[in-house]
Amino acid sequence: MLLQASIKECLSSNNYLGNIMHPAFSVIFLTTLIGAAQGLFLALFTGQIFTTFKLMPEQNDPNFYIIGSVLSLMLLTLGLFASFFHLGHPERAWRSIARWRTSWLSREVIALPAMMIGVMAYGAAHFFDLTYPLFETPGGTGLDATLILGFITTVLTYTLFVCTGMIYACIKFLQEWHSPLTVINFILLGTASGFTLATALSAWLNTELSNFYATWAITFTVLALIFRFATVIRNQKITPKSDLRSAIGVRHPKVVQITQGFLGGSFNTREYFHGKSKAVLRNIKYIAFILVFVIPVILLVISLSSKGYFIPLLAILVQYVGLLAERWYFFADANHPQNLYYQNIA
Amino acid sequence: MTQLALVIDLNVCVGCHACVTSCKEWNTSGEAGPMTDKMPYGENPTGTFFNRVQTFEVGTFPNTETVHFPKSCLHCEEPPCVPVCPTGASYKRKQDGIVLVDYDKCIGCKYCSWACPYGARELDEKQRVMKKCTLCVDRIYDELLPEHERKPACVMSCPTSARLFGDVHDPDSEVSKAIRDSNGYQLMPEWGTNPANHYLPRRKVEIKIHTDELKRVDNPLSKEERKKHQAPGTGPSLDDMTTW
Ligand code: SF4
Ligand code: SF4
Repeated sequence: MLLQASIKECLSSNNYLGNIMHPAFSVIFLTTLIGAAQGLFLALFTGQIFTTFKLMPEQNDPNFYIIGSVLSLMLLTLGLFASFFHLGHPERAWRSIARWRTSWLSREVIALPAMMIGVMAYGAAHFFDLTYPLFETPGGTGLDATLILGFITTVLTYTLFVCTGMIYACIKFLQEWHSPLTVINFILLGTASGFTLATALSAWLNTELSNFYATWAITFTVLALIFRFATVIRNQKITPKSDLRSAIGVRHPKVVQITQGFLGGSFNTREYFHGKSKAVLRNIKYIAFILVFVIPVILLVISLSSKGYFIPLLAILVQYVGLLAERWYFFADANHPQNLYYQNIA
Repeated sequence: MTQLALVIDLNVCVGCHACVTSCKEWNTSGEAGPMTDKMPYGENPTGTFFNRVQTFEVGTFPNTETVHFPKSCLHCEEPPCVPVCPTGASYKRKQDGIVLVDYDKCIGCKYCSWACPYGARELDEKQRVMKKCTLCVDRIYDELLPEHERKPACVMSCPTSARLFGDVHDPDSEVSKAIRDSNGYQLMPEWGTNPANHYLPRRKVEIKIHTDELKRVDNPLSKEERKKHQAPGTGPSLDDMTTW
């Protein structure tokens, strides 16, 4: 009678819906891993742009770009791998490219491999040293294959970010998600973790770029904090559009469910109730706040004036664990109107 | 265009679950089956159902009313569950508006169930694909069945005839008339899903009886009245009623 206990638990909190969306770990890993991979790629390319256009001291260590691309590719692959655990029939996953005209999930399924190919090409271009200028800008800077591939991959990276975010943001009755903030948060959190990872990587490879990356990582982490905080505030103020009255169509201020119609659980009670108390939810929110924002920023600031890769490495590890908690909270925070129909057992 | 749907009369439903069991029986052995049960005799039984009957209480004791509320896929005319499906396994049929899942294409990603505000979809634990009410699509067109049996199993089984089945786009159909005449409504209209299934509200049948209606003052045919006039020549005679 675990279910009974968990439903009672949800009911006893003043939120009549209980807190919902049982977060699936496959999806948590998918979104955090590819987020970091996307951020890492953006970091690599930003670094390259800055050096090419001589906005900072020349540093041309192709190894950094190659290893960075491989790492990004590895994270993307891991994310893709994790996503298969979410499916009932992974062997049919290829079918999911069919409805890209209407489904953001389908678009993501196309955008993810597209970005993987982009990163692979970008890394390969660096590996084969394709730095022969193909065009020349008016300023006299040569545009080579790595830059062009990098630019294309950047577009693919943002496409993937938007697809991932829109999967959640497009469902209008999940009011906590139905907001541009969802997409912005996916972009900023992914970018922040990617730049932190780039800081650790460049410190490890001893390139001159680590302070550059640390500064950007701090900037993105703070930006992400602002938008994530705004989302928390927004979501606290949401008034659910549906209630039991509209759910069953009886106009009366007092309607309660006597029974959901069955004793044991069902898909609906498992998928949409996580059964954790409000206190647990709150604690996870604070843990995420400290691990994603506070500690990494402190560590990154320290790393600005210290040598070695240990501190930025610690920063990314802490931030990643924090992002797992953040993503868990993101799911658990959403209230699905279907829960109105599953409130009680008799 | 046809849009088949159910109309459920909440004024009549007694919450007997006959539709739940007959739905399960028909569909678990039909094209949409099996509808797997896990640990059916264990401590925590669970299983796939297309149809559930729930019970709500309206009001505060002693002024309460019990509402039995059958719930299945509403075959929305703007189904939010369909466009989100990445594989096209979820679709809405053009010819009759039934929303179906192609089990051979479904990858079990559950995204469609996130996109249904009514909780009408259930993932089958064994087959690992999404399932939902098919409006007995394998029954309503079956020409081997006698004409009057070409209805969803739940409609056939309902002992109180609380469930009607028909085309809600045909203004002269039984369901359209019922919706019109008995104020049929849709669930959660706020999301613009435009459900095809409708519900008929509870109707209070009340007769106002005034006390003077219970006690007639002047009834010439009552025993008392007749006794009063029993003396010969004083009571009403045929002459009072007719003229020759
Ligand atoms: S009730 Fe749910 S599953 Fe059925 S058509 Fe509407 S949105 Fe889709
Ligand atoms: S679970 Fe199946 S029917 Fe639902 S969205 Fe995924 S593939 Fe489509």
